[in-house]
Amino acid sequence: MQTVLQQIINALSLGSIYALLALGYSMVYGIINLINFAHGDIYMLGAFFAYYVINVWHFNFITALLSAMIIGAVSGVVIEYFAYRPLRKSPRIAVLITAIGVSFLLENGMSYFVGSNARSFPQVIEQVNYNIGGVQISNVQILILVTALILMVSLQLIIQKTKMGRAMRAVSVDPAAAELVGVNVNHTISFTFALGSALAGAAGILIGMYYNQIDPLMGMTPGIKAFVAAVLGGIGSVPGASLGGFLIGILETFFQSIGLSAYKDAVVYLVLIVILLFLPAGIFGKNTKEKV
Amino acid sequence: MKSNWKYILSWLLLMVGGFYLINALIMVGVIDDFIENMLVTIGINIILATGLNLIIGFSGQFSLGHAGFMAIGAYATAIITQRMSSEAGFLVSMFVGVLLAIIIAAIIGTATFIRLKGDYLAIATLGAAEIIRNVINNLKITGGAAGLYNIPQLCSWPTVYILFCVTTIILTNFIRSKNGRAIKAVREDEIAAEAMGINTTKWKLAAFVLGGATAAIAGSLHASFLQTISPSNFGIMESISILVIVVLGGVGSMTGTFVAAIVLGVLDTALQSFGALRMVIYAIVLILIMIFKPAGLLGNWEFSLKNLTRHFGKKERS
Repeated sequence: MQTVLQQIINALSLGSIYALLALGYSMVYGIINLINFAHGDIYMLGAFFAYYVINVWHFNFITALLSAMIIGAVSGVVIEYFAYRPLRKSPRIAVLITAIGVSFLLENGMSYFVGSNARSFPQVIEQVNYNIGGVQISNVQILILVTALILMVSLQLIIQKTKMGRAMRAVSVDPAAAELVGVNVNHTISFTFALGSALAGAAGILIGMYYNQIDPLMGMTPGIKAFVAAVLGGIGSVPGASLGGFLIGILETFFQSIGLSAYKDAVVYLVLIVILLFLPAGIFGKNTKEKV
Repeated sequence: MKSNWKYILSWLLLMVGGFYLINALIMVGVIDDFIENMLVTIGINIILATGLNLIIGFSGQFSLGHAGFMAIGAYATAIITQRMSSEAGFLVSMFVGVLLAIIIAAIIGTATFIRLKGDYLAIATLGAAEIIRNVINNLKITGGAAGLYNIPQLCSWPTVYILFCVTTIILTNFIRSKNGRAIKAVREDEIAAEAMGINTTKWKLAAFVLGGATAAIAGSLHASFLQTISPSNFGIMESISILVIVVLGGVGSMTGTFVAAIVLGVLDTALQSFGALRMVIYAIVLILIMIFKPAGLLGNWEFSLKNLTRHFGKKERS
């Protein structure tokens, strides 16, 4: 029982990071139908920027988190402006390949400038382990979970309660109609990228604290897994992406704990294919029918 | 058919001529080991990229898992030739690799093509290729993450050249056949194609399987020529670099794939000294091409001797 609880706690903290990443994928896909391959690399940028400010400017956790989110948001908007906006009218495969190119550029550019070796992430808060009934919880895990939950709730509030959130929902339903009723589509898309990328930046610093290690290629696999999470929960849905993230975290921790950690990536991809085949709209997604 | 023999013969002559040209240049010493290596890499890349172009450019299905099939061919060759180090062993291994790739491509294809298209298909094929790689990474017979080395070198440039000609002939003829037209119809409009009585799933699957089989051949050549392979050679990066060749040349143009593979192969050798910066340049080139010329260098233009002679014929008359 204790080990089960312990694994659940580990799964929740890993899952909350996937959930934060998945939210960005989900929002961007919901609004411009693009698998933003570069999203995982924005998370890498966030982690590296946090590493820099903590080491050089001795920022504390809150300021480092905020600065990673800002850097994430800025890079997201810049990428959208230069790489995706000129292709708004192009076939989708062209945009997808551009996204792959941007991801490639960020990974290799970062490897070129800082070297491809992994480096250890500074301990921004001292780790304290609490022992509750035989279950080990560290304050870092609690911090990750709480930060992620706060960010998810505020995102949901932004999307549901603010004017910009309403514009985002309108554009994701029908961009042309949204434009007709006076929504500035380009601004709304930029805002979506800013929000999603800020969450990716936050996920970057959290994963740095969780694994204590960062490297320029760290965004690749979690990026794809987070996309799996977004698909699992139903693309375009905030609660769906959060739930999907937690599910992927639980699945991965489960396979790790039963001694099949070498196959955990394969299992995630297998789940992806099965979900796509049997539940293409995800858990919270809406089914759309194609008309001739 | 009768009227085409002239073109068939001239293509054949071109291929044989190309063979003797390379042979002569090697004898004279113009092509040294370094350039020979480059030519073999270009040849293997052309086999890979033409296969992927068939899937993406002609059947319109976006696959991001081409390296998975390459891995199957490479590991089949590595494992079999390490135990049976002869020319016959190489042929057997290639056959086994192609067969395995066909079976696995058929399984992946039937599972995914029925329901998925576009980006979802891309991500599913990417996942499938990663599953293949993950399994190879964990098996004993494949040497795990360290890979296999000391694979006997049973193929040299003539083997690559011959197989490159054979796969090209098969692919281009397939595209120009009745079946090829069916595949292109599926690409243009699936619903309209279905209304015309084309079994869309079947033809998408056919293109996918044929592309996978050629990737396995390229994988066999890769393993036998380079003599060391490891799972990390066949990751997402490899699939993407094949995709870059296809996209750069023009999705739907086999000529474009040839040109792009040669240009990138030469560029790659020339930029060798830049190290990590090479990949940065690659990425920037990819983005810029997509933004300014989304159809690739040659769009869907094809080189054809028939059009060439017709063109010159017209000029002479006028």
